[in-house]
Amino acid sequence: MSNTIVAQLQQQHTITVLVDNHPGVLARVAGLFARRGYNIESLAVSVTDNPEISRMTIVVNGDHRVLEQITKQLNKLVEVTKVVDYTETAAVERDLALIKVNAEAHHRGEIMQIVEIFRGRIIDMSDKAFIIEVTGGTEKLDKIIHLLEAYGIREMVRTGIIAMARGSKTASRTGRDAE
Amino acid sequence: MLMSGAQILLECLRKEGVTHIFGYPGGAVLPIYDAIFDCHDIKHILVRHEQGASHMADGFARSTGKVGVCLATSGPGATNLVTGIATAYMDSIPMVAITGQVRTSVIGKDAFQEADITGITMPITKHNRLVKRVEDLASAIAEAFYIAKSGRPGPTLVDIPLDVSRNQIEFDVEKDYPKQVNIPSYRPAGPSGRVPDLQMKKAVQLIAEAERPVLYVGGGAIASGAQAEVTALAERTNILVTTTLLGKGAIDESHPLALGMLGMHGNAYANHAVNSADLLIAVGARFDDRVTGNVDKFAVGARIIHIDIDPAEIGKVMQPDVPIVGDVKNILTELIKQVQPREATAWNDQIMEWKEAFPLVYPNDGNLYAEYAIEMVNELFDHDAIMATDVGQHQMWAAQYFKCNRPRQWITSGGLGTMGFGLPAAIGAQFANPDKRVVCLSGDGSIQMCIQELMTATVYGVPVITVIVNNRSLGMVRQWQEMFYEERYSAVDLQASPDFVKLVEAYGGVGMRATTREQLREALIKAKVVTDRPVVIDCVIPTMEKVYPMIPSGQSVKEMMLRHDLEQVKASVHADGETWSFADEERVLEQVVEVGASGAE
Repeated sequence: MSNTIVAQLQQQHTITVLVDNHPGVLARVAGLFARRGYNIESLAVSVTDNPEISRMTIVVNGDHRVLEQITKQLNKLVEVTKVVDYTETAAVERDLALIKVNAEAHHRGEIMQIVEIFRGRIIDMSDKAFIIEVTGGTEKLDKIIHLLEAYGIREMVRTGIIAMARGSKTASRTGRDAE
Repeated sequence: MLMSGAQILLECLRKEGVTHIFGYPGGAVLPIYDAIFDCHDIKHILVRHEQGASHMADGFARSTGKVGVCLATSGPGATNLVTGIATAYMDSIPMVAITGQVRTSVIGKDAFQEADITGITMPITKHNRLVKRVEDLASAIAEAFYIAKSGRPGPTLVDIPLDVSRNQIEFDVEKDYPKQVNIPSYRPAGPSGRVPDLQMKKAVQLIAEAERPVLYVGGGAIASGAQAEVTALAERTNILVTTTLLGKGAIDESHPLALGMLGMHGNAYANHAVNSADLLIAVGARFDDRVTGNVDKFAVGARIIHIDIDPAEIGKVMQPDVPIVGDVKNILTELIKQVQPREATAWNDQIMEWKEAFPLVYPNDGNLYAEYAIEMVNELFDHDAIMATDVGQHQMWAAQYFKCNRPRQWITSGGLGTMGFGLPAAIGAQFANPDKRVVCLSGDGSIQMCIQELMTATVYGVPVITVIVNNRSLGMVRQWQEMFYEERYSAVDLQASPDFVKLVEAYGGVGMRATTREQLREALIKAKVVTDRPVVIDCVIPTMEKVYPMIPSGQSVKEMMLRHDLEQVKASVHADGETWSFADEERVLEQVVEVGASGAE
């Protein structure tokens, strides 16, 4: 029994936070996570279709109570309009990675096959390295990164997860309020 | 009319009904002070340290429920407000702090007296804002006041760069000041908010089923102005009421259903009641660690109804069976209508038995103790004085012995525990309540943290009476070192303090010293007739006195120590006759007594 509880406890949550597009809002949100001891796995921020609203997608680890506190504390920030938890919603989650991988002449064929299978793209090529662009969920990206490690990854960057509910629901209007 | 940002600021403050600004000038607020020069309806109180200004605004707010306002210049002026802002934040006190900032063109360039005060105060304000255009100033002020006082109150800060307060625009306060603030992302519960029917039904049912219910009432009841409702609910259901440090005054403490404070230094009978309860009705309280001790052992057998205006408090520490989010007064009004009347039961008798078995006691040997001083304040001021305290042993003794009969009579820094809070908070409360007497109970440690505000009190003729409970040590820390650190007294012996009697006289006030009960009584009677200047009574008590009862940090009612328990423990451990006092305590005491004999005349 204790195992199932532990499994429930350490769930990864993807939450979307709609905030006023003011300077300093990111600092407020990040500061809240820091001082209340919540760990951010990833964070992606950009402006939305409404230029006055920014959208943050934050991936956090924690049990149900931690998540409840996070959403409630976020909702207390005056500039936070909405907090949506996608954990139990059918949602599309995407991460994008740029991977600079060693590509000696005799490996190029293999690497291009891997990129093909993962529906990535080679967007830069030099005599020693490729830059590969690949999008997908966290697991898919973890897998291709693992495969490419065999050739030697020189540099890598990921955007962090962004998420959107399937169907006609939107975060700003009909999305389920995490509170 | 063409107005500068500074003039607009004052127009806005006037519109918000501000009567007092506690502040200190400086370079970045010169235009604001120039506007204050022409302003005669809002009183500016020049303090001696910006920390004093923030605590005065806090004391003003706590004693009235209105928004307190403090003002400081950029950089060090603003950072000196920080302790006061954090104090207000922890206790949910409505306050607007206005700070100057360097010119917008040099922000971020490490200009003279530049500090990122919005960044610094982000975690200790409900909201803050740097105003970069004079066109935005009026709405920023309106929002600051609205956010500070609505929902769960708290401090806000508005940072105004020099050029913003200097620049001029056309402004008509009647036309241009927002009559209503509408922030789409901020929708706090209000006094007329919706009452959740289903949760109310569940609460009513739990109360009907409960055999051993207790009301646990915190500062939210004071903020919401719900004394009548708390009392009515208690009377209708005959449920006894224990209050937190900040909940004091939520019910008249002489009421037969009032149990006084619970928690670490709470009444033993209140703690026993909560520990044995089968239903805890938490009203505007947040299950602070000084209340619960070890959460896993707190009120183990009790179901919990948690009423709070802040949804984030629900489940933060303890998971309630029935959460009710809303304004306390609003919710209680409805609850009183729905709840079934209930007769006093054997449970009430049981608590009364505990009350008799575990009374608050202090040595009745004729010597002067802090507890006696507090009882004298109660008696000589007809239970009508406003009591402000500092932080430490004296604060806990006051929490135990000072009896509030109304809300906003008790002013103390609970959450942050800010030494130095008492005197300026008392001065702020006195400005707000010119017809009441305000007593500040302090310690010889705490008083020296903001003692410069005695000058402010003298200048403005503020007759605050400060009783310094003088034990020549940092008593609370010393108590912990004695009990939990094997009497390894580290940096708690103050060794020397100024002669407080001479010091207050140097500040232009009245000083007296009391080393006996009679001297204290006389001093308080003399203090009562002083109405135009501050009074300080140096009340000399034994060094080794401790606060009881005490539940050691992180433990439970089972580990609660009562006065006689510890004396027994000490007697057994120290059968060899080892002394308990500081090596030089007696010498210090003798000196003080000698000086005291002449000072009290």
